[in-house]
Amino acid sequence: MPHPPSLIGKVLRAVPLLAGLALTGCAVEGSGLQSQKLAAVKARGELVCGVDGKLPGFSFVAPDGRYQGFEVDLCRAVAAGVLSDPARVQFRDLSASERFAAVNSGEVDLLSRSTTMTLSRDAAGGNALSFGPIHFYGGQAVMVNAGSGITTLKQLAGKPICVTTGTTTELNLADRMRELNAAYMPLKFQNDGQTYAAYLQGRCVAVTSDRALLAAKRSSFPDPKAHVLLAGDLSKEPLATATVNGDPVWADAVRWITFALMQAEESGITQANVESKLAEATADPNQADLRRFLGVDGQLGQQLGLPADFVVQVIKAVGNYGEIFDRNLGVNTSINLARGTNRQWTDGGLIYSPPFR
Amino acid sequence: MTPPVTPWWRNRRLIPWLVQAAVGLLVLVLVAFLVGNLVRNLAAAGLLLTWRWIGNPAGFDIAGSWLPFSAEQPYWWALLAGLVNTLRVVVIGLIGASIVGTAVGVASFSGNALLRGLARVYVELIRNIPLLLQLVFWYFVVFLALPGGANAIQWPGLVLAQSGLYLGMPELVNGVWQAPIRLSVEFAALLTGLIVYISAFISEVVRGGIASVPKGQWEAARSLGFTPLQTLRRVVLPQALPVIVPGLNNQYISLAKSSSLAIACGYADLYSVAETTLNQTGRAVEVMVILLGAYLAIDLVISALMNGLNRAVQLRSR
Repeated sequence: MPHPPSLIGKVLRAVPLLAGLALTGCAVEGSGLQSQKLAAVKARGELVCGVDGKLPGFSFVAPDGRYQGFEVDLCRAVAAGVLSDPARVQFRDLSASERFAAVNSGEVDLLSRSTTMTLSRDAAGGNALSFGPIHFYGGQAVMVNAGSGITTLKQLAGKPICVTTGTTTELNLADRMRELNAAYMPLKFQNDGQTYAAYLQGRCVAVTSDRALLAAKRSSFPDPKAHVLLAGDLSKEPLATATVNGDPVWADAVRWITFALMQAEESGITQANVESKLAEATADPNQADLRRFLGVDGQLGQQLGLPADFVVQVIKAVGNYGEIFDRNLGVNTSINLARGTNRQWTDGGLIYSPPFR
Repeated sequence: MTPPVTPWWRNRRLIPWLVQAAVGLLVLVLVAFLVGNLVRNLAAAGLLLTWRWIGNPAGFDIAGSWLPFSAEQPYWWALLAGLVNTLRVVVIGLIGASIVGTAVGVASFSGNALLRGLARVYVELIRNIPLLLQLVFWYFVVFLALPGGANAIQWPGLVLAQSGLYLGMPELVNGVWQAPIRLSVEFAALLTGLIVYISAFISEVVRGGIASVPKGQWEAARSLGFTPLQTLRRVVLPQALPVIVPGLNNQYISLAKSSSLAIACGYADLYSVAETTLNQTGRAVEVMVILLGAYLAIDLVISALMNGLNRAVQLRSR
């Protein structure tokens, strides 16, 4: 889960971080229970969301110039929940290696860029991020040319493998090849454009990334059928959104807006029926769960610092988790991904929202 | 009658000293303030500088490392392997760019109008296109478009394939070229890009140096019966060198710094390794300090060598 380039862009991004830390007296955001971020987003009237921007299905710019994709919809959901308007999002394209600096320097409010949750990325002594709920359970895979005859990882010994730097992918590849005691040649690039260009030009025998991301990329190849994904995952790649560490109020808002998407699917609330469900709940005092979830009763929104009807706003804007998945990644799209482990827990999957109470 | 006492504020020795001390103090205070704030804020963000991670296993591989390297070796060894890869391309690049640059610079004084014109076109074309674009061009458009396997370009003792340049007695074993000396296509693309780009600037430095030698020197040499080549070697270049060397220094330093664009064509140089290290450890400030220190050291060494060369060539003029 990689991405784009520009050395200059990276340096420019790092400069404000260091300069900011050097020049300000107390730059630590979000101390205490006051959320600077939530207040800042509300005051600005706009959410700044860091995305990949070049990955079909997850986040990319559609022919009409609008951002589209699974991770884009997560940004819109947060904007709808916080600002009651899904259009109030400013997207920033980030490369794999600039994304964490962009969060920590406050350049983006929310990172929704195929980021695998790991301990060191979460820890204060590592990348110091705060992760939202896991919204996509994936695994790392390897793509090879269908005509190459390669079917196992072991066969890649001594062969060049293209990989984007700054990703967990790069590390997992090294670990697996070490286990197999197979020497290999990693060709590292700073952005996916270069990684996949080198693979398509035949410089690498294989390219590795998350299975879903590879499938998404493959859909934009000139001849998608000429490339196959090897069976077997190299790793667990649970994707989650991320916010700056040390602002729990803002992290909570993002966390529960994401859970609302999952809970809505479980409760059968869709973009189409959310208004009628709301009317139904308002009319029937006995529907306690639904009334609380949709903000008719209780103070769930208020406790998070969000509007009471934030769930209604979110679902009206982007639909529930299943709708977002099907619209961007599902079997009827060019990405053609089955829900798999990303089904609701009630269907035997891993998508599970804690209770809204 | 006592001699008139100069008041201290008109003392010509004291005042400049005081002004310098004040400026020095101001700079010190400013630096202390910035560094102090940086350290304090990094500490508050839980990012206090630490170097313990540098002994941890790197966990990633480096393609085409000259130092023996594998994933279980520590970060500092990985960074060193990156530095060696950088030095390799810088040293060979310096030699190559000097040769090509001198040739093009001399060619622009050729009596042959076509050669002269070609030299001008080369310089104007190359130096006006960003290096990053040229690297991407050389790698993706030129080198990766080379045929591979049995279709590779073959000359006696040399094979140029998509996977790299093979020297010695290359043999095709199971569809893979084997040879005593092998340069990866990434290295070849980076080296070509750097040599072509920097040589255009060097040729201008050389041209300027030659142009600084009075026309009478050429004419005098010719009237003594020197051939054009002898004139250049024995008369013109020795007088042009004192002008050329300082300008050359800039270009050499520029080449060393530009080598950090290696990641654009997949070559594992110091910057590329540092980038991976940074993303895996999250130690942005520490890795940046190492990078800054390394490139500064490389450039200072080049400068020191060039200054030595400069003194040597300057001594000849009387």
